[in-house]
Amino acid sequence: MELQATAVTGIREMAWLIPLLPLSAFFLIVFFGKKTPGKGADIGILATGSAFVLGLLCFFDAISKGGIVEKSLTWISFGSLELELGIRVDSLAAMMFVVVCLVSLLMQVYSLGYMKGDVRYTWYFAAVNLFTGSMLNLVIANNTVQLLVGWELVGVCSYLLIGHWFEEKENSDAAIKAFITTRAGDLGFVIGVIVLFIGAHTFNIGELQEHVAAGEVSSTVVTVGALLLFSGAVGKSAQFPLHVWLPDAMAGPTPVSALIHAATMVTAGVYMVARIFGVFSSSELTMNVIAIVASITMLLAAVLAVVQRDIKKVLAYSTVSQLGYMMAGLAVGAATAGVFHLWTHAFFKALLFLGAGSVIHAVHSNDMFEMGGLRRFMPITYATFIIGSLALAGVPPLAGFWSKDEIVAASFQTGNTFVFIAALITAFLTAFYMARACALTFFGRNRRLPVAGGATDDGGHAHGVPHESPPSMTWPLIILGVLSVVGGLVGTPVRNVFADWFHFEHAHHGEFVGWIALLSIVIAFVGIALGFRLYTSAVYGFGVLEPLEKLGPLYRAAVNRFYIDDFYMKVIIRPVQYQISRFVYRFLDQKLIDGVVNAAASGTVLTGRVTKAVDEGGVDGVVNGAGWITDKLSFVLRKLQTGNVQGYAAGLFLGLVILAAALYF
Amino acid sequence: MLLRQAAFWIFAGLTAIASLFVVTTRNVVHSALGLAAALVGAAAIFILFGAEFIGLAQILIYVGAVVVLFLFGIMLTSGTGGRTVVDNDRRWLAALVSIGVFVVLAAGMITAYGRQRLEFKVAFPIRELGTELFTNWILPFEAVSILLLAALVGAIVLARRD
Amino acid sequence: MPVVIPLLLSAFMFSCGVYGVLARRNGVMLLIAVELMITAGNVNLITFSQLLADQIGNIVALFIIAVTAAEVGIGIAIVMMLYRQRSTVAVDDLQLMKW
Repeated sequence: MELQATAVTGIREMAWLIPLLPLSAFFLIVFFGKKTPGKGADIGILATGSAFVLGLLCFFDAISKGGIVEKSLTWISFGSLELELGIRVDSLAAMMFVVVCLVSLLMQVYSLGYMKGDVRYTWYFAAVNLFTGSMLNLVIANNTVQLLVGWELVGVCSYLLIGHWFEEKENSDAAIKAFITTRAGDLGFVIGVIVLFIGAHTFNIGELQEHVAAGEVSSTVVTVGALLLFSGAVGKSAQFPLHVWLPDAMAGPTPVSALIHAATMVTAGVYMVARIFGVFSSSELTMNVIAIVASITMLLAAVLAVVQRDIKKVLAYSTVSQLGYMMAGLAVGAATAGVFHLWTHAFFKALLFLGAGSVIHAVHSNDMFEMGGLRRFMPITYATFIIGSLALAGVPPLAGFWSKDEIVAASFQTGNTFVFIAALITAFLTAFYMARACALTFFGRNRRLPVAGGATDDGGHAHGVPHESPPSMTWPLIILGVLSVVGGLVGTPVRNVFADWFHFEHAHHGEFVGWIALLSIVIAFVGIALGFRLYTSAVYGFGVLEPLEKLGPLYRAAVNRFYIDDFYMKVIIRPVQYQISRFVYRFLDQKLIDGVVNAAASGTVLTGRVTKAVDEGGVDGVVNGAGWITDKLSFVLRKLQTGNVQGYAAGLFLGLVILAAALYF
Repeated sequence: MLLRQAAFWIFAGLTAIASLFVVTTRNVVHSALGLAAALVGAAAIFILFGAEFIGLAQILIYVGAVVVLFLFGIMLTSGTGGRTVVDNDRRWLAALVSIGVFVVLAAGMITAYGRQRLEFKVAFPIRELGTELFTNWILPFEAVSILLLAALVGAIVLARRD
Repeated sequence: MPVVIPLLLSAFMFSCGVYGVLARRNGVMLLIAVELMITAGNVNLITFSQLLADQIGNIVALFIIAVTAAEVGIGIAIVMMLYRQRSTVAVDDLQLMKW
């Protein structure tokens, strides 16, 4: 496929509509949402649906014609610095259109049922559409500044949506934690953008990669810039050490978790690395750093996922782990593999989250220890969840297997042993914890209902027999289930269509290695078997619920998230909160800034007084003086008005005489 | 010629003395009669200067009507009669001003016309006057008629008792 | 004869009229003095008419006579009204416009 950013015309020229549609929907919903019959949801679904159709068209155009469509207009220019507003639609961006719009659309349809009767129903849909539009803007951006704008906006939307039920302090705390943690990464990102600009004199992504490829930028600058950009990805994509916000973000509504924390926002980091891959791949140091961080992330998160009770938290840690996989794929140079895993993961992770939401909706609890045996009550949810779990665990021919295997193979082939080992262990753990989750949730007997299996009569369906969710929630599950099955078939070794669609600098396609694939399958099955075996006694009512407690201190450490969050709290948050903030407030704010403001006010008062003096003394003096003079003068001059006409006539003639005399002589 | 000149001098003198008398006498009726004399003198001068129609008109209108009007006015406004002060306090200023006026006028006239001589030659026959009046001056003529009408109406309105 | 003589006469009459206008208290006498001034003007006109042998002087003098007659009529009417209102003809007493 050629790489020409020139006159490839067609539907992709209209791609700027794609972010615009959900963004406009945001404004429309904010102003008119409550008045529409669907209370705003109809506007959102319509906008996202249209964007999806358009995105699909762009995607087909991109993969059939190849090339890059780039259009831009200059937004601001100060001298030599020019900021542009533009689109850059290649197959990578088009793929993301499809992923983002599809998941957003399915999740909004799902929310019709899940969020029914919610206190802020309309604002929810507005925020979701704002997020969708911002994410699409991030995807479509042709320069790092525009990307940054989208980057920040999705962070804001994440905050808004995590804290949707902000009446609970826990939820707003989680939202703030998410925002601040990603902010820490974003700081690095912004500096990275600036560093690269200084080095390459451009913000444009295409030009950046060209300059770097042509060796015009010093390698130090490239490395520093790339590492800084990656720090942003560490925050956004919840890599170690900034992974701490994602599990807490589960406080938000489950569809939000499905959209933002599975398929889209967290993948923004991965996407960004893939987008500007030319810059990253030319710095070996950066690639090594990314590989190490990704490996640590995937291992750590998988271990933590094993000990969770909350079904959403399992999925959250799983997401962190899988993001590590994607980053690892990019880090070893198999960019196509990393992107492929992004694609498949979006489908099955969104499916798993929505399925979890369905379960939570029915059982009204997140705690898996309070579930059990739900496969009898919620067949569709059960079936799709199992499909999603198998896909995540890497069982062929489902989607996850092909993408994971490619990454594992690539890490071996490029000689990244650390990554390879980490990936294998993680695969085992992934299979294990998913089996655990499925067993606890769907198998065995239900731990909420009384042993007799009858319903308690607390009124309503709140404590009755759990039942399947409405079609608005099950249809998205089914669609995603199908995609989890077939979505990976585009990247099979038999005919790797997926790889054909993409082209990355310095990338190398992972080739299919038979024994590695076999090893992956074996590991997956071992993990599933072990998971089921350990928890069978628990789910069928005999023995303890959590056999892993036998591991003692290790288990307890894992439950406490290896004390990382506590570390951050003690070392960073508390000092800032109490010491630094107080200092800043007392000294800077109260003394300095207030001092300046008060001085300005005093100055104004003084000016006022001076003006008053000038006005009263000077101006009023002049005006009053004029009046006084007129008064005194008129008192004298009025004596001329004698009222005597003859006197006036005398004056007249006298004047005539004088005038005539003057004229004559 | 000489006769005319002598006649002119006599009538001029008459008119001058009469004018002076008009403005200095204390008696109102004397003042009006003095005016009549001055007007007759002026009429004579008009006739001497060939403007016979004007002179006759002067006597008819001025002396015949206007002076009579004045006398009526005096009659109706004399009030208690008797000797009242007829001159006001600014006599001296008035004298000064009038002398000044005379000086200025005289100076002007002498500097302009000092050298010219007047011959009593021209006559203004009434026929030509009439023709001129009713052809070239018909508009002012009509205007004056209306003016007279207005004055008539105005005087009646002003002076009626109600 | 020098033309200046009739002109001087007219000037003299005019000056007498000015004195009368400025110095007389009686309203009727004031009007008489005005008459004098106007007649002076007429004399001047006729003189020039004779000097320049032009009829215009005569015709204008005629108009002046007519207009003056009208003016005197009105003037006397005003004086009479004044007398009725204030029982005096002294123009000195008309000082309503005094400061």
